[in-house]
Amino acid sequence: MKDTIAAIATAASDSGIGIIRVSGKESINKINDIFISKGKKHVLTDVKSHTIKYGFILDEKGETIDEVLVSVFHGPKSFTAEDTVEINCHGGLFVLRKILERVLSTGVRLAAPGEFTKRAFLNGRIDLSEAEAVMDLINSKNDYSLKASLNQLSGKLYDHVTKLREAVLHEVAFIESALDDPEHFDLSGYPEKLKEKITLIRGELEKMISSFDNGKIIREGISTVIVGKPNAGKSSLLNILVGSERAIVTDIAGTTRDIIEETINLNGICLNVVDTAGIRETDDKVERIGVDKAYEYAVKSDLIIYIVDSSVPLDESDEKIIEILKGKKTIVLLNKSDLDTKVDVDELKSKIRYVTDSDENVSVIKTSTLDNTGIDEFEKCINDMFFAGHISMNDEIVITRERHKEALVNSYNDLSLVLESIKKELPEDFYSIDLMNAYSNLGTIIGEEVEDDLVEKIFSEFCMGK
Amino acid sequence: MEIREKVDVCVVGAGHAGCEAALACARLGLETVIFTVSVDSIALMPCNPNVGGSSKGHLVREIDALGGEMGKNIDKTFIQSKMLNVSKGPAVHSLRAQADKQDYSRSMRHVLENQNHLTIKQAEVCEILFEENNDEKKITGVKTFTGTIYECKAIVLCTGTYLNARCLCGESITYTGPNGLQAATHLSDSLKAMGILLRRFKTGTPARMDKRSIDFSKMEEQFGDEKIVPFSFSTDPASIQKPQVSCWLTYTNEKTHEIIKNNLDRSPIYAGIIEGTGPRYCPSIEDKVVKFADKERHQVFIEPEGLYTNEMYVGGMSSSLPEDVQLKMYRTVPGLENCKIVRNAYAIEYDCINAKQLKASLEFKAVKGLFAGGQFNGSSGYEEAAAQGLIAGINAAMEILGKDPLILDRSESYIGVLIDDLVTKDNREPYRMMTSRAEYRLLLRQDNADLRLKKYGYQVGLLSKTHYEALLLKEKQINDEILRLKSTIVGANKRIRDFLDTKNSSHLNTGASLAELLCRPELGYDSIAPIDDERQPLPEDVCEQVEIEIKYEGYIERQKRQVESYKKMEKKLIPSDIDYDDIQSLRIEARQKLKEFMPASVGQASRISGVSPADISVLLIYLEHKRGRE
Repeated sequence: MKDTIAAIATAASDSGIGIIRVSGKESINKINDIFISKGKKHVLTDVKSHTIKYGFILDEKGETIDEVLVSVFHGPKSFTAEDTVEINCHGGLFVLRKILERVLSTGVRLAAPGEFTKRAFLNGRIDLSEAEAVMDLINSKNDYSLKASLNQLSGKLYDHVTKLREAVLHEVAFIESALDDPEHFDLSGYPEKLKEKITLIRGELEKMISSFDNGKIIREGISTVIVGKPNAGKSSLLNILVGSERAIVTDIAGTTRDIIEETINLNGICLNVVDTAGIRETDDKVERIGVDKAYEYAVKSDLIIYIVDSSVPLDESDEKIIEILKGKKTIVLLNKSDLDTKVDVDELKSKIRYVTDSDENVSVIKTSTLDNTGIDEFEKCINDMFFAGHISMNDEIVITRERHKEALVNSYNDLSLVLESIKKELPEDFYSIDLMNAYSNLGTIIGEEVEDDLVEKIFSEFCMGK
Repeated sequence: MEIREKVDVCVVGAGHAGCEAALACARLGLETVIFTVSVDSIALMPCNPNVGGSSKGHLVREIDALGGEMGKNIDKTFIQSKMLNVSKGPAVHSLRAQADKQDYSRSMRHVLENQNHLTIKQAEVCEILFEENNDEKKITGVKTFTGTIYECKAIVLCTGTYLNARCLCGESITYTGPNGLQAATHLSDSLKAMGILLRRFKTGTPARMDKRSIDFSKMEEQFGDEKIVPFSFSTDPASIQKPQVSCWLTYTNEKTHEIIKNNLDRSPIYAGIIEGTGPRYCPSIEDKVVKFADKERHQVFIEPEGLYTNEMYVGGMSSSLPEDVQLKMYRTVPGLENCKIVRNAYAIEYDCINAKQLKASLEFKAVKGLFAGGQFNGSSGYEEAAAQGLIAGINAAMEILGKDPLILDRSESYIGVLIDDLVTKDNREPYRMMTSRAEYRLLLRQDNADLRLKKYGYQVGLLSKTHYEALLLKEKQINDEILRLKSTIVGANKRIRDFLDTKNSSHLNTGASLAELLCRPELGYDSIAPIDDERQPLPEDVCEQVEIEIKYEGYIERQKRQVESYKKMEKKLIPSDIDYDDIQSLRIEARQKLKEFMPASVGQASRISGVSPADISVLLIYLEHKRGRE
């Protein structure tokens, strides 16, 4: 037989009235023990079902905690189909808690989240087909769109988790293949590779987890890199876009040796702009590092802004830069339009088209960072590219549910154990235990993994009471 | 005059499955007849001349722990033995032994012949006799080709690759079982008439060559292990240390591949003559060349077929290409330039069942008393066959004796994984055991098969009380020793420092338990002996368990937790009278699959392909709801 449970059934706010619901075989008995009706006229165990009595809840010493209205429902004609008592008292968290504590002191158990609904369901009070919310939640796992709405899973989170999960599974599959078919799958050097991959995945998980912890939103804009020869005006452009003198601008080529990163909001489109050191052949070690970094960023970016100093002819450094554009969305700015043009635009376009192997017209805009010529056109160009879907901005992924966070933390820990195994140089087949755990834990977020205590979990997703 | 015999159990087929099934039944005291088309082919190894190997070695150990014969028989008849994967984790260590094929077969026959309650009968079983009451079928006996009827209480079908078999070697087709033996051509019709659904699978074997025609100087010699480990837990290791023969490794090359590619149209598989599905994991050389087109070479193992024969098995090059192409192809391989083929490679096609018609006890869901094991169930491999034969035999006996069937689950044995996969998954090719199929393999090691399964062997009656008591003692010794190592603390003193220096192990800052030291990769149970003053001598297998349990404790614990959550689902049983049409939220595909497989538990249901996690959720809710109402 199920035990008797109680909980505050109204929202936790300072409203005028609060309700405490008690359900189970002992509910009427137990409340009777702590309740005294006005004028001692009624004993709750004797009153008819569906009646309301006015009186007081008393503490252990027999002193009044609050004046209340108590409703008595006999099962099965109650919400849970069990004997139920509802105590209507004055709102206010303090009083509610006091009364609840008193109820619990009689040996009644605090209800788990959703437990009333669960009892209603299990007792056949709400039929499966009636309990639409329940079924929808479950069915949603079959249906992508419903899944998103019901689990409050943004499509992005779903995609992201799926992607990470597949990445984990891929590694498991590789290890297992190698164990069973050593002739065709070679594991030498694999732990190092795995370490890199797992570290990356773990980093992603960490980002998501911290979005929960700090309430911080992971904002990922369009990753944008400004490239160009030294002194073409890269930093000036960044400064115009940001609206401040963040990057040091001089007329000495090679001033920007570090990588400068800024987040810019262009009419609601978020760009993470990286200003790089100018790319040219150099012997300066420090500058060399900057140039290498520029390459690195460019490769990872979604969009490249290539600034050409139109006052000097194209040279070998430009050829090198154009190489980087391979496979990238690019906007070319012919800067210093205030000076005489020495660049052949058609030649430039055809060169770029050659490496990008694309028929799309490369946008070439004449600008002058000196007087802001062409900046509007440039912003419009980005706008157009964005809305045409040529470049996309990563949505924010925010973890809002404790359950999701828990799963993420668990899989983060699983992956940490994998890294530990690699460090300890354990044989490969030890990796798969923790990889599989990470995989399963991620699966619980998107409903691809059935949890053994599913029924508990589902009802705990419901608000208390109804 | 029609002869009528009365026995308890009829086992049809005397291959690796049939032998285990028959021995189990007879050893449990049931009058048993084992039928074979030829007594000379008892426990025949028609393909590779070895037993064990990756994950298959685990199966043999498990068979042994349950009281089966395979492990003992190979210990008597092996000619080379090797523990594979020793550089990898303990879970994938796997024993493989080359067998003297004739000796293996003869020795098993000897065991069968001398087993009480067991009769060997050379006869082709043509018909299963059964009665039908209220739509429930129940077997009553079998009928042989010559008309004799054997009335019995249970039948175990272990027909291997013999049912309606045909062998293909290029364009030439013969209607025989393996090795030119007589096929069983009548039983299929009888099974179909009972409503059992049959399908066609195929498998293949490479050529055998005359040893004198092979140039071994062009190959790498593959030796056996110096210290031989037996398969059987009851074999004394000292008794089997003996001289071994070598195997040889060579490789195919681009020339080989070219010949194969140029003649693919003459391969019965690629020409579409073979309708059966072959195993992906045991591919013919044609398949390898087509599927791994970028591989420049494939391994070829030349293995002796026995001590008293010159025949050598060409492992890795099974084929169904015509004889002339075979000869050309083999002769491109270094060392085989002048080879003479004794037996051609061939593919064999045969009738078998989709094992989803079986319960996990290996009894047909629709026919009481009819059990099945081995290749007939859609598996491949001697060890897979023997494992199923043993379980089918045990459960036939349990049914007759009125006891619960023995059903092993995925978390306690490879056998459990094997049978669960067979009866719950839609296998589309001969099923081969693989390490990766066992999700809890860190617990399912070959070294602890006795600790995992001997209790069941004892429970069903195949292992004696003495065996069981020895097991309990071993368990106690292991636990005591682990406890002792965990509670024995050594200090950070000079003696320990000096010792650690000799092992290139870092110094201790504070005291540590011996167990903690044992966890260091560079230290082992044996090597810490000098600082373990209170150590008492213990059997080697006990020390091995102690070392593994301590060294990998964290992993073992985590795996055990995985098993716990798996078990929760296995324990949620589905009533056999469940009406899936009553569960409206199930998707149609899932409903069909669930009706077809009728899984016994939610866990099993979740492994059926086509049943999604969401369907399982629906099912869980439904069951919970129903339970709540009752």
